[in-house]
Amino acid sequence: MKNVNVMNRRKFLASGAALGGGLLISFALPASVKKRMAATGEGTGTYFAPNAFLRVGVDDSINIILSHVEMGQGIWTTLSMLIAEELDADWKNISIEHSPAGPSYIHTAYGIQITGGSSSTWSEFDRYRTAGATARVLLVQAAAERMNVRPEDCHTENGMVISGNQKVAYGDVATAAAALPPPAKVALRSPAQWKYIGKGIKRLDAPAKVNGTAKYGMDVQFPGLLTAVVAHAPVIGGKVLSFDATAAKAVAGVRDVVEIPTGVAVLADHFWAAKKGRDALDIKWDNGPHTGLSSAAQLASYKELAGTKGLPALSKGDAEKGLAGAAAVIEAEYFLPYLAHAPMEPINCTVKISDGHCDIWTGTQMPGIDQAAAAKILGLTPAQVNMETPYLGGGFGRRATPSSDFVVEAVHIAKASGKPIKMVWTREDDMRAAYYRPAFLHRMRIGVNKAGYPVAWQQTIVGQSIMAGTMMEAGIKNGIDDSSVEGVNDSPYLASVADAYVGLHSPKLPVTVLWFRSVGHTHTGFVMETIIDDLAHHAKKDPVAFRRTLLQNSPRHRAVLDLVAEKANWGKPLPKGHFQGIAVHESFRSIVGQVAEVSIDPSGQVVVHKVTCAIDCGLAVNPDGVVAQMESAIIFGLTMAKYGEITIEDGRVQQSNFYDYRIARMNEAPAIDVHVMPSAGEMGGAGEPGVPPTAPAIVNAIFAATGKRIRTLPFGNQNFKQA
Amino acid sequence: MEKFTINNRSYEADVPQDMPLLWVLRDVFGLTGTKYGCGVAQCGACTIHLDGEAVRSCVTTVARASGKSITTVEGLSADTTHALQRAWLTEDVPQCGYCQSGQLMSAAELLRENPSPTDKDIDDAMSGNICRCGTYPRIRKAIHLAAKLQKEGGKS
Repeated sequence: MKNVNVMNRRKFLASGAALGGGLLISFALPASVKKRMAATGEGTGTYFAPNAFLRVGVDDSINIILSHVEMGQGIWTTLSMLIAEELDADWKNISIEHSPAGPSYIHTAYGIQITGGSSSTWSEFDRYRTAGATARVLLVQAAAERMNVRPEDCHTENGMVISGNQKVAYGDVATAAAALPPPAKVALRSPAQWKYIGKGIKRLDAPAKVNGTAKYGMDVQFPGLLTAVVAHAPVIGGKVLSFDATAAKAVAGVRDVVEIPTGVAVLADHFWAAKKGRDALDIKWDNGPHTGLSSAAQLASYKELAGTKGLPALSKGDAEKGLAGAAAVIEAEYFLPYLAHAPMEPINCTVKISDGHCDIWTGTQMPGIDQAAAAKILGLTPAQVNMETPYLGGGFGRRATPSSDFVVEAVHIAKASGKPIKMVWTREDDMRAAYYRPAFLHRMRIGVNKAGYPVAWQQTIVGQSIMAGTMMEAGIKNGIDDSSVEGVNDSPYLASVADAYVGLHSPKLPVTVLWFRSVGHTHTGFVMETIIDDLAHHAKKDPVAFRRTLLQNSPRHRAVLDLVAEKANWGKPLPKGHFQGIAVHESFRSIVGQVAEVSIDPSGQVVVHKVTCAIDCGLAVNPDGVVAQMESAIIFGLTMAKYGEITIEDGRVQQSNFYDYRIARMNEAPAIDVHVMPSAGEMGGAGEPGVPPTAPAIVNAIFAATGKRIRTLPFGNQNFKQA
Repeated sequence: MEKFTINNRSYEADVPQDMPLLWVLRDVFGLTGTKYGCGVAQCGACTIHLDGEAVRSCVTTVARASGKSITTVEGLSADTTHALQRAWLTEDVPQCGYCQSGQLMSAAELLRENPSPTDKDIDDAMSGNICRCGTYPRIRKAIHLAAKLQKEGGKS
């Protein structure tokens, strides 16, 4: 795949239809999106919209423009496979790039341009295949005319249309094909005909990522570009009172110092000078009203809130009455802290403003939202703001802020200074400049019958809403932000419980919060899968058998549970001192089960030896890509369970870098065995659903090993040495 | 003027003695394959070879690097054929890819010093490199594969 290259988009667009060379295929917009755009006037000439996803060039080149961005999840490869499956293209002629911002690239289900929600493959499955098939039909028709045969007497192979002993290359009829009316409907290939789907290919972005040529936002460079490093308020909600830049400006290489709404930016020839300049700034801060903010106070206030019912996220029967009549009541309280996404590429954004135009280069999951935010600050139309999206050095949700926080900050620096700038956050800035997985407290009272199965369920959930106060606020129904309760109110374990009340409190705090890989399921999956383990223990039943009974009406969950238990040799003898824990959880339309095998080392630390994993995501378009996402999610979940914690004291975030916000390393990585289940079920996601089961599987294994039940993460600072 | 030999080519620049080599490579010479991840030698994304030894370029000053021979990921091979690069492609290691330059440079030193590393050797050599995407299982497999490729006489 060495020939897969990224071509310059402007060159591509300029040479597209304009030069009369080749065939352009645009994607149909879903009706729901069209309706919304008609209502809002969006897309009516206000966007830079090339409206093309696929071009077959006269030189046989195939250019694919991706509506979703590559941030590690492998979508660059999977979406290209969908086009290639129908187009019969020659892989060596395919080049791929991220789309600009524009209505053509709006998510088919979500209505905005976004890469998130583990949704890219299932939501584009038909659109991308249809684009490939449409191009192929037109190319065959044009080639048939050229060869003087009927289209039905032709077939395609590796970028050629073939009939008998005649052959025509796609490039040779690309222009003729462009003149033909596109078919109203195309037939897509049946699964039996698939060459790539369900089989997979190697990652198309891998070669550039092993020789240093892959370009990330951090790597944007051009003559005259300055690096900007920003001093942010040390206290959440603080503001600049005054500052003296004399010493900063004396640093060799520093070119300018400007005040922006979020702090003071130092502009310099290179990062090092900009950072030294920032360190030399003398700033007087107004610390604002939140100096009393602390994690301890937050926990205390959450505990108090949990004493009242909260708004109903789920209500059926009479939970109080059910609890009163239960054979036994199990009570538990959980607390999960704020978490930082900490992608390996710290946040950065490059902005160049010229007369009536702005170019922005940044790794973003929502280029359309960022484009609009930048345009608003600059008094431009969105069409005057060009978004270039290089590879993302990790996203995990951090690069999808409804507020466009880092793009807004970079645009302010460029505007205030009048210079092209690359804003670079240090790791410390990235860790502290907020946007965290919200902290959550869960309080539960579960009534069980004599056999130990739940008959009454009361759960109070306390934590900040991600959607409140953002453009997504309309998604909050009756006070319930679904991302706070997903995984509880739709849990299959609650299906057979007659009396249940799940209440939600969404306190407002000045700490900004955001979706984090697997979102609400990061905490709900942990709570549900550990409490079920408790119930199994209380019922003196095997955790797998206990779940099987509860999941009797959820055949897909049950099949995942059975497979992962079987593959992990559940219940069979283990090496001395090893113990297993299991968890199974549905999120993002996929069901994942994991078994963790742990031991306690002589110093009392938990060692995770192995994680066995099974996933039912419906059709797996690129099975090894799904395996890779499960591996990734398990390590991500291990980090979350063992180390993940952002704390606040005196209004300040306490953590700053990888020495106090630790990430699991090679020596801690367990052996991982993933099984992607053949499935005819609804297609689901792969990027996120592997995360939720990991922490509970590990914690359930620790319970098996020690009898100690962990309800507060992370556990990495605890000593499990047996007395 | 400070002089450097980077990937067998000569470079010079007027840069301060205390400036980390990382920023000289990236912002002065435009060699952006070496990545900034933490700035405090915690993550390994900036790993390069200084006279053959794997070092964190974010804490390696110009004073220390000046006049020395430097290899970055761009110099690991001319055509992406180093045994590790081939193994990385075979095992489909990269995800977001941002840490992989550093992972490869740490692994290259390991394989040169120890042509048949055990899992424990890999733990010891690679635990200074963080991968937030969690590609560790594939990195481990790829290092074992590269060791094999190297023995079979492939380029190293």
